[in-house]
Amino acid sequence: MKIRAQIAMVLNLDKCIGCHTCSITCKNVWTSREGMEYVWFNNVESKPGIGYPKQWENQDVWNGGWKRKADGAIEPRQGSRGKILSNIFANPNLPEIDDYYEPFSYDYQHLQNAPLSETPPTARPVSVITGEKMDKIHWGPNWEDDLGGEFGSRGRDACFEDVQKEMYATFENTFLMYLPRLCEHCLNPTCVASCPSGSIYKREEDGIVLVDQDKCRGWRMCISGCPYKKIYYNWKSGKAEKCIFCYPRIEAGQPTVCSETCVGRIRYLGVMLYDADRIQEAASVENPEDLYEAQLKVFLDPNDPVVREQARRDGVPEAWLEAATKSPVWKMAMDWKVAFPLHPEYRTLPMVWYIPPLSPIQAAAESGRMGMNGIIPDTRSLRIPVKYLANLLTAGKEAPVTSALDRMLAMRAYMRGKSVEGEGNTAALRQVGLSVAQADEMYRYMAIANYEDRFVIPTNHREEAIDTFEEKAACGFTFGNGCSDGVSKPSLFGKRKNVVPVDLTHLRKKIAG
Amino acid sequence: MDYFQQFLFGIYPYIAATIFLLGSLIRFDREQYTWKSDSSQLLRRGQLRWGSNLFHIGILFLFFGHAVGLLTPHHVYEGLGLSIPGKQLLAMVSGGVAGLLCLAGVVLLLQRRLGDARIRKTSKPMDIFILLWILVTLLLGLTTILFSARHLEGSEMLALSAWAQHIVTFQGGAAAYVANVPLIYKVHLFFGMTLFLLFPFSRLVHIWSGFASLSYLGRAYQVVRQKG
Repeated sequence: MKIRAQIAMVLNLDKCIGCHTCSITCKNVWTSREGMEYVWFNNVESKPGIGYPKQWENQDVWNGGWKRKADGAIEPRQGSRGKILSNIFANPNLPEIDDYYEPFSYDYQHLQNAPLSETPPTARPVSVITGEKMDKIHWGPNWEDDLGGEFGSRGRDACFEDVQKEMYATFENTFLMYLPRLCEHCLNPTCVASCPSGSIYKREEDGIVLVDQDKCRGWRMCISGCPYKKIYYNWKSGKAEKCIFCYPRIEAGQPTVCSETCVGRIRYLGVMLYDADRIQEAASVENPEDLYEAQLKVFLDPNDPVVREQARRDGVPEAWLEAATKSPVWKMAMDWKVAFPLHPEYRTLPMVWYIPPLSPIQAAAESGRMGMNGIIPDTRSLRIPVKYLANLLTAGKEAPVTSALDRMLAMRAYMRGKSVEGEGNTAALRQVGLSVAQADEMYRYMAIANYEDRFVIPTNHREEAIDTFEEKAACGFTFGNGCSDGVSKPSLFGKRKNVVPVDLTHLRKKIAG
Repeated sequence: MDYFQQFLFGIYPYIAATIFLLGSLIRFDREQYTWKSDSSQLLRRGQLRWGSNLFHIGILFLFFGHAVGLLTPHHVYEGLGLSIPGKQLLAMVSGGVAGLLCLAGVVLLLQRRLGDARIRKTSKPMDIFILLWILVTLLLGLTTILFSARHLEGSEMLALSAWAQHIVTFQGGAAAYVANVPLIYKVHLFFGMTLFLLFPFSRLVHIWSGFASLSYLGRAYQVVRQKG
C-alpha cells in the first residue's frame, strides 16, 4: 500500500445553470494570451451535443484514453510506445484548430470608420491567427448552446450509444443538460503516458497533473492521448498547456477560480486518499462497466486507523488527513454514492466527478403517465434517459446512476415532508437505504452548499512554507527563461543558470531545514 | 591551394562544429523554453502528413548515410566484401532515393509554409530560411550524384571520405583532400557545414530531443514528481 493524497473535485450537475461563469473567470486568469485564444481550460457544454473539440467523446475518431489488450495489460489507445514515436513527425490523431474553432475578434473599428451607406455597417469577424476576415464562424466552446442546431448534428453525441435517440429528436421529448468540463487530473493519465519527453507529471503531494513548460518539446502526443481533449497546443509557444487546477491557489488553501466563482455553488473540492499501488489493477479490469466500482476500491477511508498510520508513514501531512475526514468529495463519491467519474471507460481513473442531474417529470405526472417507485417517482419517468447518463458517467451501467437519482429524489421527499408537514418522510429514505443523518447532511451539502462545506482544502504545511518576506523583489510567475526555477538537471555549470534578480534558493533550503 | 580553400575546408568545419555543439548546450541550458519542435500541425493538417513524414524519413536516412559513408574507413568495407566502386554505387542509389523522398517532403512543406495563410503568418523568418537552406543543400547534394556518375571508380568518394575523417580525427591538412574535387561538391560541403552552424539558432535543436525521445521506449508510463 502506497498512500497518496489528491485534491479532487465534484460537480453537482443537478444545479448547473450553464452560465459559463467558471469558463470566463478561468479564461481571464489563465488563457487570455496569444496562442491560447482558442483554449478553454474549463468550458461548459450543452448536452446532448458533440462538444468542443468536435466529437471529443468519440474515441473511434480520436483514439484517446487507454485500451485493454488481449493479455489484460493496458496501453494508450493511440498505440504502444513504439507506435507513438513513429507518429512523431505527423500525429494522425491530432485535432486541427478548426475542430475547436479558429480564434477570432471583430473588426469593431469599421463601425466607426465605415463611409456613409444605405445599410448600417457590420463588424465582421477577423481571424487572430491570420488577421484576415472570416466569412463565417463555424464552431466554438459551446456551439450547441441550449439545444442549438438541428438534432441530426447534436445527435451524434457518443452518449447516445444504445439509446433509441430518434425519440429524443421530437420537441415533446427533447432534453438538455449542461456539462462543465476541465482537466480530470486522472490517477492514470494517458497524457502523461503518451509524452515522449516525460514533461508531464502528476504531483505526488496533491495529484495535480502539470506540464513542465521547459521540458515540453511539442511532440503533441499528449493532446491525442487525452480522451477528454483537455491538453491544448499553444500555437504561439509550441508547447502543450493544460488546466493547472489553479495550483497556486490550492497551495494557499483557496479553491480553484472555477469553483470559487461558481454562482450555482455546484463545485466541491476535497482531499481523497488513494492507494497508488492499486491504480494499475483498477484501470485494467476487463469489463468497462466495472471500472467505476474498481476506482472506488482505490480510495481509502481516512477514518480507518490503519490507513491513517500508513498515510503518515508515506508522508501525508496531518492537516491533509484531517481534511480528508471532512472531504465533501468522500461523502458524495463514497458515503452517499451520488457522484461518478466522467467516462470511466477511458480507463484514466479521472478525479473530477459528477452528480447526475434530475430532470422534470411534471409533463409525465400531469398526464398521469408518471410511474412511481414505491413513494418516490420512478427515475425512468425523468426527462433525461438514465441510459444517457450512464453512458456519460458509468460506462453504460445503469444501476449506480439510478440509485443516485433515487437517493436525490428521496432526500427531496424527506425534506419536503420535513418543511411542509413538519415531519420528514423517512419511508422514502428507507427505500433507498439512507439514514436520517445522511439525508440531513446531503441536504446541507447539496442544497445549502455552504462555502466551508464545499471547499475543504488544507494549506501548505507551515514548516514547508516559505517566508514570503524573503521573496520581496524576487520574480513573479513567469514562463521558462529568466525567473523560472524549474529543475533542469543537464546543465553547463552544474546548476541551472537563471537570471534571478534575487536568488533565494539558499534561503528556502535554510528555512526548510 | 589558396588561403580561402584552406579556411573553408580546414578551419570552417571546426567553427561550425563548435558553434553547433556549444550553441546547443548553451541554448539548452539557458533557453529551454524555446527548445521545441515548433509543430504547426494544429493549424493545418493538410499535406503535413505526407510532407513531414517523407521529409523526416528522407533526411534521417541522409544524415546517417553521410555519417556512416564518410566516416567508416574504407578497409572496413573491403573486409565486408564491398569494393570501392560498389560502395559508391550503393551510396549513389540509396542516397539518391532518400534524397528524392526528402525533396518531395521539403517541397510539400515549403508549399504549405509559404502558401497557407495560417502557417505563413505564424512562421518566424528563421523557419522559412532554414527550410530553404535545406532545400538548396539537398538540391546541391542530388546534383553531385550526376557528377559522381562520371567517376564511378570512387576516387572522389575516397577524397571526400579522407577529408571528413581527417576533420573529425583532428588531423591537419584535411583541406588538401578536397582541393581538386569539382566545385559542386565544395558548395554542397559549405551548405552542409553551415546547416550545423545555423542549428542552435533555429528550430533544428529539436533533433537532439528527437533522439533523446528514444528513451521513452524504456520509460514507465506514469511520471510522478514532487513539488518543485
